[in-house]
Amino acid sequence: MLKKGFGKKVALLVLAVFILSIVAGCGGNTSNDAKEGDKSAAGDTIKIGINCELSGAVASYGDNARNGALLAIEEINAAGGVLGKQLEPLVRDNQSKTDEAMNVSAALVDEGMVAQIGPLTSGAVAGSTPIAMENQIPLIAPAATADNVTVDDKTNKVRDFIFRVCYRDSDQGRRMADFAIDTLGVKTAAIFGSTSDDYAKGLAKYFKEQFEAKGGTIVAEEGFMNGDKDFRGTLTKIRGTNPEFIYVPGYYTEVSVLIKQARDLGINVPIGGGDGWDSPDMIAVAGAEALNNTYFTNHYSVEDPDPAIQNFVKAYQAKHNKLPDSFAALGYDSMKLLADAITRAGSADPVKIKEALEQTKDFAGITGTMSINEFHNPVKDIVVIEYKDGKQVAR
Amino acid sequence: MLEFIQQLINGLSLGAIYALIALGYTMVYGIIMLINFAHGDIMMVGAYVGFFSISILGSNIIVAMIFAMATCAILGVVIEKVAYKPLRNSTRIAALITAIGVSLFLEYVVLYFLTAQQRVYPDSAFPLHKYHIAGLVISNKDIFIIVSAIILMIILQYIIKRTKTGKAMRAVSLDRDAAVLMGISVDKTVSVTFAIGSALAAAAGVMIGLYYNTINPLMGIIPGLKAFIAAVLGGIGLVPGAMVGGFVMGVLETLVSGYGSSMYRDAVAYGVLILILLIKPTGLFGKNTGEKV
Amino acid sequence: MEDKKSKRGKFLLEVIVLAALFILVQYLITTGLLNRYYQINLTLVVINIILAVSLNLINGFTGQLSLGHAGFMAIGAFGSVIISTLLGYPFILGIIVAMLAAAMAGFIIGVPTLRLKGDYLAIATLGFGEIIRVVLQNIDYIGGPAGISGISKMTTWPVLFISLMVTMVVIVNMINSSYGRAIIAVREDEIAAEIMGVNTTKYKVLAFVVGAAFAGLAGALYAHYFYIIKPETFGFLKSFDILVMVVLGGLGSTTGAVIAAIFITVLNAFLQEYAAVRMIIYATILIIVMIYRPQGLLGNKELSYKILKKIWSGKNASSTNK
Repeated sequence: MLKKGFGKKVALLVLAVFILSIVAGCGGNTSNDAKEGDKSAAGDTIKIGINCELSGAVASYGDNARNGALLAIEEINAAGGVLGKQLEPLVRDNQSKTDEAMNVSAALVDEGMVAQIGPLTSGAVAGSTPIAMENQIPLIAPAATADNVTVDDKTNKVRDFIFRVCYRDSDQGRRMADFAIDTLGVKTAAIFGSTSDDYAKGLAKYFKEQFEAKGGTIVAEEGFMNGDKDFRGTLTKIRGTNPEFIYVPGYYTEVSVLIKQARDLGINVPIGGGDGWDSPDMIAVAGAEALNNTYFTNHYSVEDPDPAIQNFVKAYQAKHNKLPDSFAALGYDSMKLLADAITRAGSADPVKIKEALEQTKDFAGITGTMSINEFHNPVKDIVVIEYKDGKQVAR
Repeated sequence: MLEFIQQLINGLSLGAIYALIALGYTMVYGIIMLINFAHGDIMMVGAYVGFFSISILGSNIIVAMIFAMATCAILGVVIEKVAYKPLRNSTRIAALITAIGVSLFLEYVVLYFLTAQQRVYPDSAFPLHKYHIAGLVISNKDIFIIVSAIILMIILQYIIKRTKTGKAMRAVSLDRDAAVLMGISVDKTVSVTFAIGSALAAAAGVMIGLYYNTINPLMGIIPGLKAFIAAVLGGIGLVPGAMVGGFVMGVLETLVSGYGSSMYRDAVAYGVLILILLIKPTGLFGKNTGEKV
Repeated sequence: MEDKKSKRGKFLLEVIVLAALFILVQYLITTGLLNRYYQINLTLVVINIILAVSLNLINGFTGQLSLGHAGFMAIGAFGSVIISTLLGYPFILGIIVAMLAAAMAGFIIGVPTLRLKGDYLAIATLGFGEIIRVVLQNIDYIGGPAGISGISKMTTWPVLFISLMVTMVVIVNMINSSYGRAIIAVREDEIAAEIMGVNTTKYKVLAFVVGAAFAGLAGALYAHYFYIIKPETFGFLKSFDILVMVVLGGLGSTTGAVIAAIFITVLNAFLQEYAAVRMIIYATILIIVMIYRPQGLLGNKELSYKILKKIWSGKNASSTNK
């Protein structure tokens, strides 16, 4: 039935009702909504926001990072907390969406977090960035590797409150190119990487730059999408170009299957990748034999006998019944770094925490001993790991 | 030439899997005119059941597959009774939305209880053997998948053409009211259709787990969509259409990644869909039925 | 028919109410009483209303089941950002380009799908939406899958308010005009309409074009608030989200779409804490509503003063509060 033009007016009336209810709601909250100055350590816990992808496309990575962070909090709290107070995690799901990441950050600011860990993906971190900057809350990204996460690529200025504990795409990609040319001695390479996210595309781009800069030739460039399970068509095509090395930047979910299929098709040249490879699933899916002669840049090795690493691995395994992957390790390190910064700052004031983070020197994380440089990036070693008979060996 | 044949072989096993899923879509559409968006997720559940059957109960692949098929058959019937039956006489949009709701429900329930972590089908379930014939590589998994799929399709054809239940299914999809008049229980027939369709999807799920090794709660979405396109390609509601459509989609997809760019692979699938809908919406095997005024 | 004087009076009253509303919210924002979290959700509400109402034009009023609405939103978003962020032109130009580009897309999609009906149309539009997403994901100029970040925040409350007003005025007036009657005729019985001389082609395409244009507007607003856009944001899940709002509110009811858009956005915000079960609850609500009230909240009726008065007096009689 047609109504004469009143529909729109009433629709807006409904909007008015909604707004009023919001006002009523926030009127009640206004007393709690003071600027962050008061937020520091109100009560006897220090609230840490954990903004992770817990559902949606990259849920498994967000899951692990959160597990790592929570494990760190458990250990810290058991040892007496920070500055005598217990750490209180506020875990929220950003659904692998960038707008939700912004929403979650705003909600967490509301709840009084003094710092945020996460999100995982560079895109979601970008979504949270405006909130972190506006509210002057430090944000530590465990695994966002796009170069422009910490530095605005238009103005080349550092983003004041954004930090990360992982190295950048540029560092990793170049490292592998160096390794391929210098250590493995190859001259031609094919790139077959994920095109679904900036991480892998970044790696591919920097690998190619460095590889060609050192005199190598890229004979093929192909892509796959996250979620793909069948790479044989493209692998057959790559096989035809006879590369001496194949660079496969991406996440273990796809890479494990890809390597298996490559070996099945008779492609036996060395294959390389980045830290996204790091997961026990690689061996489970691809099998030890397929993984021989593969290399990847990583933060640490799960087999490293260093006691700190082994303790982490054992604790994680005891709690979650599986080995940690690099996301878990990075989540863990982010939290430990944050706790360390709070201790050094001597207060839970977000601005002081940020300053302490900037001054981080030689923090002994399990993903390496790192110092935060002027671009808010960690300076740490990039280890190249080789798979030998199903075991990780540092090269 | 050799490479082309290799690509064809690669495409066949993928196609077999799509065909199995497409069959479920097409049978359900044929009988109650519903695009069961949750079908891909039933496949996912099947994959998980197979996984647990192998890793916890230690069964071999055939037992795991049968177990998965049985479980999903029941699941399919339950879903139909709870969510679709009440809407049998509502608008198609309402049924479509409900199907989306069921799809989301399945995905997130599994996500909740089993976490987002992918699970890995143990290699021991079906150790890989590669055969090299005339420069081509074919594995025992390829053979298993293609052969099982064909066997299942033959069984399906038998059921549809030679049994009373099959006859009932054909009758209901042709003309529901007349079928009722002839004494056919529509409810029972619909349930059977769902059961069979879901069982086939479960088989496909186990095959995916076997072949690609990893399974995760959201694995049903894209293959489900592609299988649906396959069903439309062949002619939605027509069983032979789904079989052919599935194989065509599988081969096409592999060829596109092999010869074209793998990045456009998904777009090509949708492109096929649109082309088919514009040129011959009733599909390769479909007949044009005019609309009566 | 009401006389001119009372009609003018009513109009004036409505304008005053709207102006007051605008000023109230602007005040809350400027003084900081409405903090960022509420601002974000308010922005989402307005954007969702525009999306729901524009989709309702296509799905509800014209009866064309379109499942690719997010594709139009994507074109609007990227179009506006190319203009404003990559090329440096003013925001308003970005919005105009966004709407035009999206409208063109609506035309391109509307024409070939004319012959399709019901489910087939739905799937074709779904396919189109996905193709748009995949194509966008492969264009390096707009960043490929990483999209574009660093978009300046141009979507302020005044911008949102005006956009919302324009959307509502255009669409509601369109529905209440001869255009509206024509497209409803197409929905009810296309063949009969054709026989009666209604140019069904023109009106079906018109619905797509207008619906798409406003989705493009929503996309532009979205991009200039949330700082970063990636093609995968605008996939079929987003189209479903919008569809759910339209269906929940009632296909063919603009006020229904508005109410449902508000409800869903608020629900999402409330469930943020219960991440694990949020989607399960959402899916369950969807299924239950579809089973027990498939025509949605308002069916195809609109909320109007008369109905509100009836409810008010009815409620007063049975002594309940507001």
